[in-house]
Amino acid sequence: MSAPAPASPPAPALTASRAEVGLFTLFARVYKRDLTLTVRTAGQWLNTLLFFIIVVSLFPLGIGPGPQTLSTIAPGIVWVSALLSMMLSLDSLFANDFRDGTLEQFVVSGQPLSVIVVAKVLAHWTTGGLPLVLLSPLLGLVMQLPDAAYGVLLLSLLIGTLALSFIGGIGAALIVSVNQGGVLLSLLVLPLTVPVLIFGSGAVTSAGLGLTTSMQVSVLAAILALSVSLAPLAMAGALRVGVAAGR
Amino acid sequence: MYRVAGWLSPWFGSICLLTLVTGLYLGLYVAPADYEQGDSYRIIFIHVPAAWMSMFVYVVMAVSSAIFLIWRLKIADMVAVASAPIGAAFTLVALLTGSFWGKPMWGTWWIWDARLTSELILLFLYLGYMALRGAMETPQGAARAAGILAVVGVVNIPIIHFSVEWWNTLHQPASITKFDKPSMHISMLKPLLIMVLSFQMLYFYNLMVRVRTVILEREARTSWVAELAGRRSS
Repeated sequence: MSAPAPASPPAPALTASRAEVGLFTLFARVYKRDLTLTVRTAGQWLNTLLFFIIVVSLFPLGIGPGPQTLSTIAPGIVWVSALLSMMLSLDSLFANDFRDGTLEQFVVSGQPLSVIVVAKVLAHWTTGGLPLVLLSPLLGLVMQLPDAAYGVLLLSLLIGTLALSFIGGIGAALIVSVNQGGVLLSLLVLPLTVPVLIFGSGAVTSAGLGLTTSMQVSVLAAILALSVSLAPLAMAGALRVGVAAGR
Repeated sequence: MYRVAGWLSPWFGSICLLTLVTGLYLGLYVAPADYEQGDSYRIIFIHVPAAWMSMFVYVVMAVSSAIFLIWRLKIADMVAVASAPIGAAFTLVALLTGSFWGKPMWGTWWIWDARLTSELILLFLYLGYMALRGAMETPQGAARAAGILAVVGVVNIPIIHFSVEWWNTLHQPASITKFDKPSMHISMLKPLLIMVLSFQMLYFYNLMVRVRTVILEREARTSWVAELAGRRSS
């Protein structure tokens, strides 16, 4: 089986000349494009970061500033806040591309949609998830997180936010043609994120108590592997539906 | 399909009624009171079948969604759309009866027990499915999008269940005496199984009725529906 001829060379002139690009080139181009777009409109991803900080700092105000209490609930608070921030930012994962028609071009381009989707999700994570991870030790500090837990906090959030991006991406793809789907996105996706939250914050709690965390981190990594391999297919399917419905 | 569903529904309905009456009679009058829990254990004759059905219906929904996505069978989607509210209702019944049972037994309405939590998340999944259905503008889009969601959900349910169980054992040691099924006396097991059958029939009966309605709604412009309506009204 040689001859890598694409099954159906599509119509639009813009993409027809590029029908032969390899998967990695395709991936790199979409990734770079999305990254450039996000960096040039700084407001959006900075807002997510601010939201994360504000939500975390609301908890001491609501619960009370006792260091003992804060330190026990810190892993959960940081994790839940990161989860909510991810959901908030995922709303815009496909929305802009859908509105200006780029998404439709992706669908009709004849290129594998799942690869494009993976590039988009990763670009989104780079600007929406990675900053959260990098900021989390600071918030852990504010929340009196035990010293032993910082490494695991970083690691679990690194794996977890990536998995959340893929799981949440399914939701974002499903509601792409729905007006004001933000709340709906959370309603659809939050139940699915329960395992990530349990094992993520569980790992941080264990680390804080000085216990071993390799089991929780392994399960998180397994969830990530599963979502990376299956979610792009679901996302691609959902986007096709969304584009067909939005016409 | 409309005819078949119409023909089947009275059968399911009557079997459901029959087993419901026998099951309730055996469960509420014949079966002895439990030596530890007294009479309040009898709520399991509603609770356990409802909980089983809540999961069964979700699987039916996911399988028919998959069938719809793969082979584009319209009837499969109709089964899925008709099942969702029934399944959500079973889930709610299971949660409520569990709560009623928990009050005298555990002394509280709600405990973050593994099964309770899984059931609650299942309810959220049902509600999300129905919300997505409601939000999509075109019926075709709604069918396919919701189908994808149902399939994604069914992949996730075992993972959710496993993680919730793990979380539960970590946070609170098993301090609650569970109602062990194998150790159950036959006089209690029999009504329970009959009730399970009854709930199954209840589901199928409801499903048939709802599928008929969905068919009529979707095919409202076809001539055979117009004929049917004309015959009824004249």
